[in-house]
Amino acid sequence: MLFKSRNFDDAKTVLTVNDLTVSLPPAAKAPPVLNRISLTIRQGETVCLVGESGSGKSVTSLAIMGLLPKDALFVTGGRITLSDTDLLEQSPSAMQDIRARRVAMIFQEPMTALNPVMRVGDQIEEVLESHTSLSAEERRARVIDIMEQVHLPDVERIHRSYPHQLSGGQRQRIMIAMALVLEPELLIADEPTTALDVTTQQQILSLIAELQEKHGTAVLFITHDMGVVAEIADTVYVMKSGDLVEHAPIETLLRAPKQDYTQNLLRAVPSLIPRAPRAAPGGDPVLKVESLDMIYGGGGFFVKRPGTHAAKDVTFTVARGRTLGIVGESGSGKSTVARCIMRLIAPTAGAIRLRDTDIAHLSRAQLKPHRQHLQVVFQDPFRSLNPRWTVGRSLIEGPVNYGTAPAQAMARAAELMEIVGLPRDSLDRYPHQFSGGQRQRIAIARAVMMQPDVLVADEAVSALDVSVQAQVLDLLNDLQESLGITIVFITHDLRVAAQICDDVLVMQRGVVVEQGPAAAVLANPQHEYTKSLIEAAPGRAWDFANFRELGAA
Amino acid sequence: MLGYILRRILAIIPVMLIVAIFVFLLLRLTPGDPAAIIAGDMATPEQLERIREAMGLNKPLLTQFFTWMGSLLQGDLGTSLISGTPVTTMIGQRIFPTINMALLTIVIAVAIAVPMGVLAAWRHRSWVDYAVMSFSVLGFSVPVFVIGYLFILVFSISLGWLPVQGYASPSEKGIAEFLYRAILPSLTLATIYVALIARMTRASMLEVLGEDYIRTARAKGVKESRVLFRHALRNAAVPILTVIGTGFALLISGVVVTESVFNIPGIGRLTVDAILARDYPVIQAMILITSATYVVVNLIIDISYTVFDPRIRY
Repeated sequence: MLFKSRNFDDAKTVLTVNDLTVSLPPAAKAPPVLNRISLTIRQGETVCLVGESGSGKSVTSLAIMGLLPKDALFVTGGRITLSDTDLLEQSPSAMQDIRARRVAMIFQEPMTALNPVMRVGDQIEEVLESHTSLSAEERRARVIDIMEQVHLPDVERIHRSYPHQLSGGQRQRIMIAMALVLEPELLIADEPTTALDVTTQQQILSLIAELQEKHGTAVLFITHDMGVVAEIADTVYVMKSGDLVEHAPIETLLRAPKQDYTQNLLRAVPSLIPRAPRAAPGGDPVLKVESLDMIYGGGGFFVKRPGTHAAKDVTFTVARGRTLGIVGESGSGKSTVARCIMRLIAPTAGAIRLRDTDIAHLSRAQLKPHRQHLQVVFQDPFRSLNPRWTVGRSLIEGPVNYGTAPAQAMARAAELMEIVGLPRDSLDRYPHQFSGGQRQRIAIARAVMMQPDVLVADEAVSALDVSVQAQVLDLLNDLQESLGITIVFITHDLRVAAQICDDVLVMQRGVVVEQGPAAAVLANPQHEYTKSLIEAAPGRAWDFANFRELGAA
Repeated sequence: MLGYILRRILAIIPVMLIVAIFVFLLLRLTPGDPAAIIAGDMATPEQLERIREAMGLNKPLLTQFFTWMGSLLQGDLGTSLISGTPVTTMIGQRIFPTINMALLTIVIAVAIAVPMGVLAAWRHRSWVDYAVMSFSVLGFSVPVFVIGYLFILVFSISLGWLPVQGYASPSEKGIAEFLYRAILPSLTLATIYVALIARMTRASMLEVLGEDYIRTARAKGVKESRVLFRHALRNAAVPILTVIGTGFALLISGVVVTESVFNIPGIGRLTVDAILARDYPVIQAMILITSATYVVVNLIIDISYTVFDPRIRY
């Protein structure tokens, strides 16, 4: 059974959105943010709302909740009906009463969505305080009950904990408990698993499904991850810049998408099948890491505390022009290894040989000549470029530091802009004038300016939409082929790893559990952990790009 | 946590030692003969000799320092050159009015400023916000004595509700009498702190109100007042606390103008009088006490952060 194929023809309609239009203030004279959106969700149904960033998914959910930012977005047309209640006609206090009692919502980032200075038990209880007249004991019993329903361990302890004392998965369980404690008719989940590791994601998805089954809740699930959609949706609605372009039952949509936009969205989903292996290179390895160890912390003034062993005995080599993927979940030590290679931090022990020089323990001054051979592209292109500098200034800073004449560096920067697919005049503009994907191209150009031997890409495409992700991966590939750069690609996303890496190294809690050619490791994993990672990857049995089951050629 | 407090208390020792050395050298390193400075222009050589003898100024510097530190550690801050009373007694008489006034001022300022700042942030860019911001500019820029005399003019002279000046100790005359006399000077002093704390509260709240957990609270159908005061304000507390703490320390070290306007026998006037009269032992004691106040208040602020934010653990 690949997809859900439940029939909702007889089910009661929970939510109807009719021709909903949301606009910016009239003064902005902009086209509407949502343009006549209509959708229906029935009891027990899971409706997935998909689309790229900026397509209006979250605005739709906030409009249903009555939580559009004041003075910024206004409902200018249409109706939202919850069972028989017209939500847009409700007074603010009536709407406040409906929230959590009849419509509840969970958010993307459970760390920031929970109040950091309030115990999580109290945060759940607050829902009951606001909407019921239960006694303190009854409230507490209800809170404990719902915490057990979301399968939190050691409920008594967690009840007293603060959000920062819990894991990401536990925090999201708290959010779900909070949303479902009053058994609402509709649950809106806005990218609830995007910030979680794949194995945690799988647990959260099955938890939502379980509770939905139990309480008959209708679920509106917002996501950009087609894998998750394939896993959980009954019906899918596709949005594109404020318009609903297509909707269909899940299987119909994945097998026979009608709109070009939907087809392109599906084609961009990276396949879990590793790309064809490239010819093995000749020549010496550019980067050799030997028995790398990194221990954070420890010490202490009065008491000696044990440190965190973030990387244990990590050894690998990468040859010129090859891409090594370091794959793992949060806390696996993959970023620690990346930072050691970059020498942003000094490893506790081990060697990092860059073209035969061990840079692991060089001082700041000794490192300087080697720095230009090591460049990095970070995850968040919104924060990795100085917002007050023009792109040109950011690009030439490195080469000028190493003695290139500014004019010459600027000429090279202009060439690079074209190579990464941006107009030459981008150099005079500022980062905020570019989209996320364009900024990541700029970040890559900045790194390539230094003509590095090794480029470390730390989750460099994780913040991007899939279509943009595919383009950036292509760019990295092209640059590698024309310039012979070695890439160390850090990612938590197995699909991405499968598309770009020649070799893969899987890390778990600081230890390398498996390494080898990508084709071997991902297609035929040996270690239990690698297997569990691949099994947890949502939608792994479906070949999105070809609209069919995997292997059904 | 206990270890942290202990470490912080131990760290007070070197800080205060440096202050003490500075205070000691203040008199000794001033150009000229300290005895001559103390005795004034008209002193005879015999008088100078007597002063040197009495203060141990003819002994080596190091001996003088240890003698001075020894008596300091026993709580002996010396004797006033003007009145001849022990400095500890003088400060003991003056410190309570100052502390009482400072407490009342801070309580009034917080009670007015925090709700003002919260409201301004909640109604960002509305007339409420603009009114609060305008008031804070006014509160900063109008001199304290102008506000003081204005209050006297309105509340004491025109309306006749409150006395023009004077101070009543709460322990001797009762709380009601104390408040009756202290309310105007405290309000005067509070003006600038209201401006400061309201601005800080507004800025900090504005930041917090944009956070995801505020949206979560609203999505839970929590009442807006509760969103503001239970969810937002506590998260916004740390910078507000810092301003309140520093403000309190400033108040303890004395507020000369207000004490003068309302004729309150506090620390501020004692300090100014001592400086004008070159009463060195009193000046030295005041520097020591002011520094100690800052160090202790800062420690209390740092510890209080943990009460408001459980993520802060030392």
